[in-house]
Amino acid sequence: MKNLKYLLLRRATQIGLMFLYFSANAYGWHILEGTFGSSKLFGLIPLADPYTALQALSAGFLLGGDVIAGALIITIFYMVVGGRAFCSWVCPINMVTDLANWLRRKLKLDKEEVNYRFLKRRTRYWIMVLGLIVSAITGIAAFEALSPITIMQRGIIFGFGAGISVVISIFLFDLFGVKNGWCGHICPLGAAYSLIGQKSIIRVKHNHEACTNCMDCKVVCPENQVLHMINKESISVTDGECTNCGRCIDVCNDDALSFSIRDLNKKS
Amino acid sequence: MANSDNNRRKFMVTTLQSVGLTTIGGLLWSGYCDEAKSSPLVLRPPGALPEEQFLDTCIKCGLCSEACANRESNKNRDGTQREGTLKMAKGGDHKLIGTPYFIPTEVPCYMCDDIPCVPVCPSEALDMKSLLNKKGELEINKAHMGLAVVHKESCVSFWGLQCDACYRACPLLDEAITLDYQKNERTGKHAFLLPVVHSDVCTGCGLCEKACITEKPAIFVLPREHSMGRDGDHYVKGWDKKDQQRAGDRKLDEIETHDKRSEKSPTDYLNKEIEY
Repeated sequence: MKNLKYLLLRRATQIGLMFLYFSANAYGWHILEGTFGSSKLFGLIPLADPYTALQALSAGFLLGGDVIAGALIITIFYMVVGGRAFCSWVCPINMVTDLANWLRRKLKLDKEEVNYRFLKRRTRYWIMVLGLIVSAITGIAAFEALSPITIMQRGIIFGFGAGISVVISIFLFDLFGVKNGWCGHICPLGAAYSLIGQKSIIRVKHNHEACTNCMDCKVVCPENQVLHMINKESISVTDGECTNCGRCIDVCNDDALSFSIRDLNKKS
Repeated sequence: MANSDNNRRKFMVTTLQSVGLTTIGGLLWSGYCDEAKSSPLVLRPPGALPEEQFLDTCIKCGLCSEACANRESNKNRDGTQREGTLKMAKGGDHKLIGTPYFIPTEVPCYMCDDIPCVPVCPSEALDMKSLLNKKGELEINKAHMGLAVVHKESCVSFWGLQCDACYRACPLLDEAITLDYQKNERTGKHAFLLPVVHSDVCTGCGLCEKACITEKPAIFVLPREHSMGRDGDHYVKGWDKKDQQRAGDRKLDEIETHDKRSEKSPTDYLNKEIEY
């Protein structure tokens, strides 16, 4: 029996948060209201997505104080504590792409990642910059105009409508198209959180002594370029593209991986 | 040497290709955004900035819609629960996705006194200041979500039937819609009760549209920029002292209008057909 601790914890967090967002509309709860673009925690603390706020800024509009404060709170949280945890612990699209990925493994569709010429993992950073440029040109938050993330979130809260087609497209793209295509190559929001969370303190730590080089972790990891130290060095995963999902820890049968606090004294 | 030339060539080609692909992506993306934001006939919540500004300011969080959906007063007359007024545009609604709007024939705006949808807006796309009265209190009557327009051919009051459904439904009774009494020459003994909308008072809540008895409402709310003309600063009401000030100290014979036509002499254009 494989260990599913972090997987279950993540699903509970994701579904729980979505339920709280849903309840704000359906039952009028004041725990977590709004959507990622801008939320209110306990009807008091503003939260806002930094990349959305940046798009609005480049669309040429001075943001209200609540959005600025909210974006700062979120930025500081992921910058200091969470790293890119938004992607694996909060974002609802993660459940869709994880399902696609799991099916991909079960159906044995190309297990290895194909190296596409123009769809590389760094493409998302270009898309992130492009999103800001397009926002400036068109005068609206460009990624928000088609973001599957908030489309899915609003779908859960207010009803999907035809928006479900976007979610299905992402699922099919990740299943039959590119392995880890959306979250690992395209999503500019993930790119933004990768940059924000680069120096965060919660990190996966590898213990080289215990590792038996089975490579289960690399198979399950959605961003397995960050696991370059496996069976080489006993260091932490410090790459900002690690989503702190903890799947590698779950699948490791040798206790060679664990969450730890980044060693602040040592430059790694 | 040849090798480094090759490398340089490869680098240049890759760079060019990347730039090209980025441009294609950017153009498609811009095109989509530009199309997506051009949905002219959409009614926004109270206090919304002018549409163009609203679209770049609204952060699509849905807090207004949630505040609207969770009112204890959202009850029909028979006590059953009623939906909130504000909807969030989803795929297939043909409005910029994630922005709030309402459709009067489904659920009009009931103009809550405390305007729950506006103060929650974190980005000030719903401008609270525009709804404050002189005492600094929120006043929903200052909202201008749209303007009701009457299509007189399908309005049965203009036929001479006695209907004042819109007039009675209006929350600003006898202010936003007044009835114009006119003699019905056809019967000789009845009156027309003609609804007239006053744009300075009408909030665009849509209760009239909801109440209208015809198959497709003869009175309906349109966004203000689509239902109003603009007189510009050319014409001055000479009988209105305040308006007359706009003309300044200019004497009557100083005021001249020049357009293409004035280049010709009057006999020229009076004797010929003029293309307007």
